[in-house]
Amino acid sequence: MSQTVQDKTAAPGRGMKFTGWAANYVDERTSASVAVKALGRKIFPDHWSFMLGEVALYSFIVILISGTFLTFFFDPSMTMVEYDGSYLPLKGIEMSVAYHTSLDLSFDIRGGLLMRQVHHWAALLFIASIGLHMLRVFFTGAFRKPRELNWVVGFLLFVLAMAEGFTGYSLPDDLLSGNGLRIIDGMIKAFPVVGVWMSYLFFGDEFPGTVVIPRLYVLHIMLLPAILIATLAIHMVLLVVNKHTQFAGPGRTNDNVVGSPVMPVFAAKAGGFFFLVFGVLMLIGSLFTINPIWNYGPYDPSPVSAGTQPDWYIGFADGALRLVPPGWEFVLFGYTWSWNILAPTVLLIVFIGLVAVYPFIEAWITGDKREHHIADRPRNAPTRTGIGAAGVVFYAVLWAAASSDLIATHFKLTIEGVITTLQVLLIVGPIAAFLIAKRTCLALQRKDREIALHGYESGRIVRLPGGEYVEVHEQLDDYERWRLLDFEEYKPLTVRPNDKGRITAGTRLRAGLSRWFFEDRVMPVSRKELEDASRH
Amino acid sequence: MATTPPGTDLQAAPRDENDPGTAVVSSNTPANPGLAPEHQRVTDLDPKEEKKAERLIATFFALSIVGSVFAAVAYSLFPIVPGDMQSVRNNNLFVGLGITVALLGVGIGAVHWAKSLMHGHELVEERHPTRGDDETRDAAVEIFSQANKESGFTRRSLVRNTLIGALLAAPIPAVALFRDLAPAADPIKKMKNTMWEPGVRLARDPSGLPIKASEVTIGSAFHVIPEGLAELEHHKIEEKAKAAVLLMRLPVEVLNEAPERASWSYQGIVAYSKICTHVGCPVALYEQQTHHLLCPCHQSEFDVANHCEVIFGPAARPLPQLPITIDDEGYLVAQSDFTEPVGPSFWEREL
Repeated sequence: MSQTVQDKTAAPGRGMKFTGWAANYVDERTSASVAVKALGRKIFPDHWSFMLGEVALYSFIVILISGTFLTFFFDPSMTMVEYDGSYLPLKGIEMSVAYHTSLDLSFDIRGGLLMRQVHHWAALLFIASIGLHMLRVFFTGAFRKPRELNWVVGFLLFVLAMAEGFTGYSLPDDLLSGNGLRIIDGMIKAFPVVGVWMSYLFFGDEFPGTVVIPRLYVLHIMLLPAILIATLAIHMVLLVVNKHTQFAGPGRTNDNVVGSPVMPVFAAKAGGFFFLVFGVLMLIGSLFTINPIWNYGPYDPSPVSAGTQPDWYIGFADGALRLVPPGWEFVLFGYTWSWNILAPTVLLIVFIGLVAVYPFIEAWITGDKREHHIADRPRNAPTRTGIGAAGVVFYAVLWAAASSDLIATHFKLTIEGVITTLQVLLIVGPIAAFLIAKRTCLALQRKDREIALHGYESGRIVRLPGGEYVEVHEQLDDYERWRLLDFEEYKPLTVRPNDKGRITAGTRLRAGLSRWFFEDRVMPVSRKELEDASRH
Repeated sequence: MATTPPGTDLQAAPRDENDPGTAVVSSNTPANPGLAPEHQRVTDLDPKEEKKAERLIATFFALSIVGSVFAAVAYSLFPIVPGDMQSVRNNNLFVGLGITVALLGVGIGAVHWAKSLMHGHELVEERHPTRGDDETRDAAVEIFSQANKESGFTRRSLVRNTLIGALLAAPIPAVALFRDLAPAADPIKKMKNTMWEPGVRLARDPSGLPIKASEVTIGSAFHVIPEGLAELEHHKIEEKAKAAVLLMRLPVEVLNEAPERASWSYQGIVAYSKICTHVGCPVALYEQQTHHLLCPCHQSEFDVANHCEVIFGPAARPLPQLPITIDDEGYLVAQSDFTEPVGPSFWEREL
């Protein structure tokens, strides 16, 4: 490269001499130059949606930094003490050491409230950005070969993030989080055969016991972060091995990657972006209160405030519990089956299970074994986009159900009316969303096709000599047009007998799904069509 | 590999990377126009703009230094005065804003540097199939075959199978080790008993003062604990989580009582477990007009006039009723413990 030649010819300054000496010292002991050579000019493609995963990564680092600060002051003990800190309304009230030290962090440690709020806001941003990142990957088909396994790794990260969120939320041992644990206890107890024992062992006695907060603390600051960091490392390594996907564009093919090199541009942008994410979280933490535990008081199994809600990312699970109609429980041979809890639990497991295995289902239906490095525009995979929209609506209805009481009081509706409406929406909503999203995609594809072939409406009306009025269509330039052209379609699978001359049930299912996926489709513009269109 | 003994040879799976499945692979696709011409930034064209960008970036970095120093100064400039909430707020605000400026200064400076001054051209890197090339894969297969041959992993099936058995058995101690996460006592027996027993007075939560029947006026509701709970040294919260009760007085003609439970109330005063039969939240909201209880967690509604049967929401069972009466001094007391387990359902509940 010409640049390195230039560097050599320039006379090295004092700083350069030191850098050279240090680099040599490190390399002779670590062969760091191998890593720099392999990764230093690696190309990363640019698109705003690729930042969502970065936001997740950086907010996790913020969580680690702020969380470490919190551990220096927080004591998870459930021993009961009398409050003697500086928050007057709670003076003299009996509470656990965990709640006491959480209050001390908020009111007696300088910067403690700031770190608590930054930690909580960063946790919320962490889960939110993982969710959006997953939606981006889903809707652009970036989970296709060779990235199916990394999708599963990412899915695990999402589950771990929620587990981290819930364990952390419980630690201050305030009234709200205690009620959250109470709900978990009730859900565990409903489990057939082992429920009571699982709850008994987890809480170390009857609910709430005196050990659950220390146990959650160990999970929250040691076990779960260790697993999370290891999983994150695998996620990153696979990202580097597979290289990033890119959107279709001029010069981009399935066999190359176009963008900026790690050093210096991508490193500067990504490193700068870390500071931006951290800075914005710090700004929110300085200006906006989150989880004001001092308003809730210490945990007590008797009181609870109206409008009780979990942190938003647990909302969909809480909402699922709320939507069950009355009376879903029966006793069989003396044993109690609590379907009012088991049914939503099974529903949620199936739902997130489908999210985890979706790449394998789609790969089985298409039978496509090639590597895919061009990210789809959502409109170019109408059925997948429809499925995604249905999933989003399903999740959103469950989520709304977690606020059913607040919706009712805010909009002056009956709580029964809100719940019944959401019960209907849970079934009708996803179907409607699927149909609307799929049809919208097909319409957009037709529009793209029209624009690629005949240009876009310029808004300029011209009167021809014969008196006729026409609107002038402007042609796209080749580069812009290419974005609309570069995609592939699938056709429905034809059912054929296998080598034993039989058509198996699996083949029929696959063909059925394939027809559902690809029956309605808009084919990409071919070269001939393009040539024909440009001729007149 | 013909020389390897039977049962030790490994074969690479056939490659299928080129199978397009049901994709329509067309040879008639339009041609990729190639990279678009480079876009020139103002900083590429005008040295004055370049200089300006440089100064701007340096300003952001300098601002960051100011922010860092300010945050440290604010830490002592805005101390926390015990009991003064405004001082907590100021400390939070000014330390936080200082760090914010420090972080955003670096962030904005670095990103602006990358976008306006660093080499902005797109570079192209070729991708390679993720799979190892044939040579590498053959070498990997060869290594496994070699290891298999040298260890006899496939051939010595007795050794291999006992090893697998030993590894599967290894977690067994863990199952036993975790038993002492909870005490030896049977949880099911505990769950079926509460602090209530014959003659225990109903007391106010949290003061622990007993309640006279004459104090309970029609339409009123009391949050109740068993007398003596407030003085418990151990397991206070655990006992409260089972024994919490709601006491309400309804006009006698409104109460729709089953004949066998008619003696469980006293002049329209009824006591019901406060622990929701759904997942155990306190059923804390009482609608005096309709005699309905609402659980604020999942909105189960119970009708107090009809033995707290479920009229809406996910709960499946009515709230258990505590049989009450009065003692010689006119205080409300329990006739017995609850006649069924309180709180959420569990597997062994009906046993």
